[in-house]
Amino acid sequence: MRELTYADALREALREEMIRDPRVVLMGEEIGVFEGVYKVTRGLLKEFGPERVRDTPISEAAIAGAAIGAALAGLKPVAEIMYMDFVPICLDQIATQAAKMHFMSGGKLKVPMVLRTQYSLGRAHGSQHSQFFPSWFFQVPGLKVVLPSTPHDAKGLLKAAIRDDNPVVFIESGMLYRTKGPVPEEDYVIPLGQCDVKRKGNDLTVVAVSRVVNEAFAAAAKLEEQGFTVEIIDPRTIQPLDLTTILESVKKTGRLIVASDDVKSGGIGSEIAAAVIEKAFDSLDAPILRVASPNMPIPFSPTLEQAYMPNAEKIVEAAKRLIG
Amino acid sequence: MELTRTFKSLEAGDHARHGLSRERLLQMLRRMIEIRRFEERVEHLFLQEGALIGPSHLYLGQEAVAAGAVGALNDDDLITTTYRGHGHAIAKGVPLKLLMAELFGKATGTCKGLGGSMHVAIYPEKGSVYATAIVGSGIPIANGIALALRQAGKRQVVMTFFGDGASNTGSFHEGMNLASVWKLPVIFVCENNLYAMSTRADQAVAAESVASRAEAYRMRSILTDGNDAVAVFLAAKEAIENARNDKGPALLECMTYKLKGHGVYDRAEYRPREEVEQWLKRDPINNFEASLLEAKLATQADFDQIEKQVAAEVEESVAFAKTSSVLPFEDLMKYVYAR
Repeated sequence: MRELTYADALREALREEMIRDPRVVLMGEEIGVFEGVYKVTRGLLKEFGPERVRDTPISEAAIAGAAIGAALAGLKPVAEIMYMDFVPICLDQIATQAAKMHFMSGGKLKVPMVLRTQYSLGRAHGSQHSQFFPSWFFQVPGLKVVLPSTPHDAKGLLKAAIRDDNPVVFIESGMLYRTKGPVPEEDYVIPLGQCDVKRKGNDLTVVAVSRVVNEAFAAAAKLEEQGFTVEIIDPRTIQPLDLTTILESVKKTGRLIVASDDVKSGGIGSEIAAAVIEKAFDSLDAPILRVASPNMPIPFSPTLEQAYMPNAEKIVEAAKRLIG
Repeated sequence: MELTRTFKSLEAGDHARHGLSRERLLQMLRRMIEIRRFEERVEHLFLQEGALIGPSHLYLGQEAVAAGAVGALNDDDLITTTYRGHGHAIAKGVPLKLLMAELFGKATGTCKGLGGSMHVAIYPEKGSVYATAIVGSGIPIANGIALALRQAGKRQVVMTFFGDGASNTGSFHEGMNLASVWKLPVIFVCENNLYAMSTRADQAVAAESVASRAEAYRMRSILTDGNDAVAVFLAAKEAIENARNDKGPALLECMTYKLKGHGVYDRAEYRPREEVEQWLKRDPINNFEASLLEAKLATQADFDQIEKQVAAEVEESVAFAKTSSVLPFEDLMKYVYAR
């Protein structure tokens, strides 16, 4: 199969959906003339014109609001917020407006929009350009939250997000844009709300999210040398969360690590651990461990940032505590 | 900025030329009376009967803005409003019984009882697309609605209502700027009722007027008497025509006053008595009726007939709401996500 980068896979998804459906429009800062800070929208302004690829002022609330309004009135907007750190600037629009509209209108309003954003942890972007807080959205029913880890998933999930009738927060990883992986030529869509078992194993389940999936693979290779097989599950969407696949795996392995780039307290790991304990306490042979970022702002110094981030080594260490 | 124009400034016989037939004027009056009597009944249901609870922000005193501005729209034009949205919904023709049922939290309400007073105006069937409870947040959304209309090649416009308080939010400034840059067909209607809760606009708005803020965004603005339905109608009509003909958005500031406080439980004791009394003399319905009589466009009998019909409609809405049922809790999950 041909290989594409994560960024190219995303671009292909946008382009194919724009061809497929004239209602799909893009808007955001620097997405047109500049073709996106990470070049995900390269060539799209030229191909589709300024009505469908809209450069915006630096006005996150106005961008999100425009996308929501356009979605209410028949378009399928994909709005880009350049860094996840800027999402809180438009959080009212996303969490309090878009997420509630279908419910509080008694099902009359639909908001088929995607808010694309990315987090740049690992790129020495400092405390205000590296943040990753997808677990905030656990508290916002009505949103879907997608976190692709491979080019294949990025393309299929973005297409599903665009076709979805709900507001979707689509969180990309800045560290993954240049990574390559197999992407089929033919049209495919990955349904939102399905985990992917990325690696089969019997001794330990690692639920890994976004950038950390690759770290989990490196950890699994090391552990395999020591005779332990690791099952890696990528939730791909945390809202809705496919708990069934995670529970099946935990019932088989009896051990669970949740590894993700967010801060440990109240994070993705916290939610998944609690849900697994509620549903499969008797299947657990050991405590559930979280491998996540420490509870502090992200340091700039590249050396310190590397120390801060979850990695394969930290996953191996956690695994050894469980397997002994 | 343009000067205030009032109904009385029109020469006799000029009304029709401005699109104001006798029927249209009486229809505007009828909407104002519907709003007034509906809101009075709602207040009674809250304060005297204890039949309603929760936050509710009455539109009493501001009727001329909704009736005049919405009256200048076509039926298929769209609006967004706020938590003070009962009046706009009524002006757009949302049936009173659906509004009342929503206030009672009943399944027959505009939002099936899931929205309540602050979102009761969500009724896209009549072009009332959205009602937000967060100050300022409807403004960027109105832009998006207008964008979709334009992109679909439609000639409809969007009118978004908000208060003086909202003009201090980032959403207002970001939204005004984007609407102007993109030349969107939006009419921003600021109902300046002099207070954001208890905070006086003159202590919170660092500008000569809200309307003057439009200049910063290369946008036309009109400051008008919000207690004069005809003045509002004429100002809105011009803004609507410009927007419809791709001449860009406009900001319309309507000076008005709440008869009551911020919310239904607020006694508004922070307002000076003299100020309240002055504004009471400028009651938009009384003045409108007096002007119609003076211009010999209506008689007291016309008013009596409207009052009678509206009173019956309001009572019918209460009966409808009271006898309707509440959505079963088990059904709620299916409203979280669209399928």
